[in-house]
Amino acid sequence: MAWRNIWRNPRRSILTICAIAFASLLLVFMLSWQFGSYDAMINASVKISTGHIQVQTKDYQEKRDMRLVVRDPEALYSLLENTPEVASHTSRANAFSLVSSENRTYGVLVVGIDPLREANVSTLKKLIRQGSYLSPGDWDQALVGALLAKNLHVGLGDELVILGQGLDGSVAATVVKVKGIFSSGQDEFDRSTIRIPLKYFQDVYGMGSAVHEVVALGKSLKQVQEIKSKITAGIKNTNKEENLVVLDWMELIPGLIQAIQMDLVSGFIFYIILIVVVAFSILNTFLMAVFERTREFGVLLAVGTTPGRLAKLLIFESSTITILGIVFGIILGSLVTWYFQVHGILISGASELMRHYGLPERMYPQLSMLSISIGAGIVLIITILTALYPAFKSKRLRPVDAMKAI
Amino acid sequence: MNFQIGWRNIWRNPKRTLVILSAVIIGVWSMIFLSAFMRGITDQMVRNGISTLTGHVQVHHKGYRDDPGIENSMTEPGVLETVFNNTLPPDTLWTSRVRVSAVASNARHSSGVTLLGADPAKEGKISFIGGAVTLGRFLKPDDPHGIVVGQALVEKFETKLGRKLVLMSQDTGREIASRAFRIVGIFRAEMEATEKQFVFVSLPAAQEMLKLKKGISEVSMILNSHQEANEVAAVLRDALPANDYEVQTWQEAMPMVTAILKMYDGFVFLWFFVVFIAMGFGIVNTTLMAVYERIREFGLLKALGMKPWWIVRQVLTESFYLLVLGMIIGTGLGALSVLALSGTGIDLSSVAAGAEFAGMSRMIYPVVESKDVVTANLVVFILGIIVSLYPAIKAARFTPIEAMAHN
Repeated sequence: MAWRNIWRNPRRSILTICAIAFASLLLVFMLSWQFGSYDAMINASVKISTGHIQVQTKDYQEKRDMRLVVRDPEALYSLLENTPEVASHTSRANAFSLVSSENRTYGVLVVGIDPLREANVSTLKKLIRQGSYLSPGDWDQALVGALLAKNLHVGLGDELVILGQGLDGSVAATVVKVKGIFSSGQDEFDRSTIRIPLKYFQDVYGMGSAVHEVVALGKSLKQVQEIKSKITAGIKNTNKEENLVVLDWMELIPGLIQAIQMDLVSGFIFYIILIVVVAFSILNTFLMAVFERTREFGVLLAVGTTPGRLAKLLIFESSTITILGIVFGIILGSLVTWYFQVHGILISGASELMRHYGLPERMYPQLSMLSISIGAGIVLIITILTALYPAFKSKRLRPVDAMKAI
Repeated sequence: MNFQIGWRNIWRNPKRTLVILSAVIIGVWSMIFLSAFMRGITDQMVRNGISTLTGHVQVHHKGYRDDPGIENSMTEPGVLETVFNNTLPPDTLWTSRVRVSAVASNARHSSGVTLLGADPAKEGKISFIGGAVTLGRFLKPDDPHGIVVGQALVEKFETKLGRKLVLMSQDTGREIASRAFRIVGIFRAEMEATEKQFVFVSLPAAQEMLKLKKGISEVSMILNSHQEANEVAAVLRDALPANDYEVQTWQEAMPMVTAILKMYDGFVFLWFFVVFIAMGFGIVNTTLMAVYERIREFGLLKALGMKPWWIVRQVLTESFYLLVLGMIIGTGLGALSVLALSGTGIDLSSVAAGAEFAGMSRMIYPVVESKDVVTANLVVFILGIIVSLYPAIKAARFTPIEAMAHN
């Protein structure tokens, strides 16, 4: 009966369904877009520098004090290798130093990397634009960021003088040759770091076999917390004297997760407002449907239909409309999103902006059960709530008055 | 008369009118409020950018932008001063700076910073630093060894007021110049990155340390309004020899901010459009129902000789009232809610790191731009009338007989 009632006025029902479908379509697309961009943002930051998980000495993250080293990284490697969720790992050492070319001097972060293992954890190897990546046996060679190379006026094969402070406070000085120039697009990254082989770093800065960060990449982002707890437990069991902490990407880049939260919250405010606007449009339809049929309801009541059944019938009608709308919206939304998920969306004119946040120029929305269901769920709840009002209204009708109405 | 009938017609069914009116009101309100909110974000971004040592217009040595080294300094500030005095609008503020990258270090830490040699009296009026020193004092005009640093840097270096800080940088002779300073003031800024990046010393101290003589790296100026920048930049470009100097407006000096401004513009318009579509369905449906309910009435009118065009006009007049009423109330509410928030602002400090990551400041003050109010209302009005055309034409098409037969 509800189904037939809906199609008594097809035009109205279709318009209402369209409104609901439009809202759910938009929500499916926008949520998928948001989730997709978060993934891209996280991946960009994680892959360029921090990794998913880092093991450091307590306070190193904040103070960046050269002396806060991880003394025995070998023990951690075996721990990481025995954790099945870890895809790859590497270690790094950092020292802030003066780097001079023939003409120029800049203060930069010198990072010691293990060429082979680094390539599995970060995208550095793929970012080399000139020259080549470090090979395992390299000694006094360096990779330089493109902007830094430009500022220092150096090219491939040129010499750089590094002047810094060793672990024991002594002067660490050496000369390296530029082997490769990398460019990530993120200015800060390209302007302020050079990379040298870890073994060489340890030699120059008197580090022995110590490092500053042990960096790990999980098989997927979802497993990060699992890895974190496993490694924390493992460190407790095996390594008691060193004061190590395990940090996940959210702690390594606190700004990123907060930016994501902020974006989510502001997104939700937008969506709620949008849905409220839609709800008011729909409320009118439902309300009208009831007013128009006052007489009909009067008859129904007079022949013995209980008000409760009448209300049920109305709720049934409006739920059917809502669900139809949502189903159409989800199907269309998924199709649209899926199309863009495959082809990507080119954000023209904003490439500089995207680069700043380390994002690719082409963005891919991510369709997921979550992005499909959240939006549709909110639309469902709000429209059903909206539909309740006219239904209750109908309960209060009295047969005699109702039949008199036009 | 047309208008009078229209007005009466919409109040024949007040409940329906009120519901659709609410939809229009909420739609318009959300357009105005959210655009004000987004403008607030960008406005703050622009202000921050300009006050964080950019200024409205900058003058550099020709090669400085590509290669901000000490070689690309302007060695004859006297020439600039003459040009400025002759060409700039009288109430323009300007200041000269030495600006080079340097390494700051103390016994425990070292880090890369931007060394700013500033003219204290002028600088205080032009950039954020004027009101930002929260501990100690700002520089004196020829402070030989005083330095003002940011709170975040102080924490990172585990130091405090009165302690020593050594700066190293390259001087004009390509040698490493170093000089010890004493922290005389600590400043706070909107962004933690600013606090970590900039250290201020007096202009003569910087010039002496870097063997610059009278040379400076940049001139930054503040005009009466953001909009004057292009005009003034054009005047300066004409007046200064193009081979030696480069003039930049804030839009050119901060391409990121300009890009974000553009993106938000697009976003605001998109939002208007989306809200309108959501609202549009309601408008069409309501008008359509109002029309169907009155089929008999329209039939009668037609039978009495009313032209179809008049009926269209009648229906449109009714939508017109709905839209205009909704727009007025929605705009009013939008203005009120912005007014209520513009005093206190919206505090984002609980997610300060996130805000900073996104380049936003900790406090957001919504800003109503007349451009947005006009666009929002125009979008609602024009599209609203267009979508009402469908039911209006529908109403005009009923033939009298068919319509009067309708129950």
